[in-house]
Amino acid sequence: MAENAGSRARATGGARLLVAVYALFAVAATSRAGVQIATKFDEAPLAYLLSALAAAVYVVATVAISRRTPAWHRVAVAACTFELAGVLAIGTLSLFDAAAFPDATVWSVYGRGYLFVPLVLPVAGLAYLRRHPVAAGPAGPAGEAGNHALREPGR
Amino acid sequence: MNSVLAAAVVGLSLVLAAWTVVVAVRGTGIRNSLLIGLLVLEGLLLVQLVVGVVLVAGGDRPPSLVIFFAYLVGVLVVLPAGTLWSVAEKSRPSTLVLAVACLAVTAMTARLLQMWADARG
Repeated sequence: MAENAGSRARATGGARLLVAVYALFAVAATSRAGVQIATKFDEAPLAYLLSALAAAVYVVATVAISRRTPAWHRVAVAACTFELAGVLAIGTLSLFDAAAFPDATVWSVYGRGYLFVPLVLPVAGLAYLRRHPVAAGPAGPAGEAGNHALREPGR
Repeated sequence: MNSVLAAAVVGLSLVLAAWTVVVAVRGTGIRNSLLIGLLVLEGLLLVQLVVGVVLVAGGDRPPSLVIFFAYLVGVLVVLPAGTLWSVAEKSRPSTLVLAVACLAVTAMTARLLQMWADARG
């Protein structure tokens, strides 16, 4: 039952691209935060804790967007919203109060160090989630149609 | 870092990213020629790792050895992962996953170069 639901509820098409970019940022942000906290936490604890928080949000968003169930959909919306708020708040703070951020985070200056992708990503995520609402019940017509269309042999 | 080699990696990864976008837009599917290009790029990345090891063994030191090697080794995983991902499902957005992987290689190599330049500067 759970296995069945999993194969039906997996992301396809445009979501795969979004999930790929999110996965990339999840890995990048997690590694960066891990190294920062492990090697030089004392230098800028606030910035590094924010890095870790950003990394955790990327991980949650990656998983949530890839799972097409109503509950995960809500988690995905929450994660993307938090991410957008985070990049805007930290981006603005890092511009006006540079002293509080002696070392860069993913969200510093709206993600400039990452070609502003951190700013674009949550907007793209929210736009995608808005255009692709999840059918409420497992017996819904969208779920049934998707069930056949998405199942591939050997999965 | 060998800047000629790194420049080749950056150039080839950008070309492959553009190529992948063209493939996705035209919807022709991923052909062998593109896969061979990716294989060449992966080969260059392997050479880059060897060069990095040789340079460090020869006494050159980037600011952080751990991060330096994390990038050198980590960048090797990106293309195979992206290729598997985009081949698993034949659709345009899936093909674009490969473009993202190529651009990730560009970004990681640029960061490597930057690290190495900081060490010298």
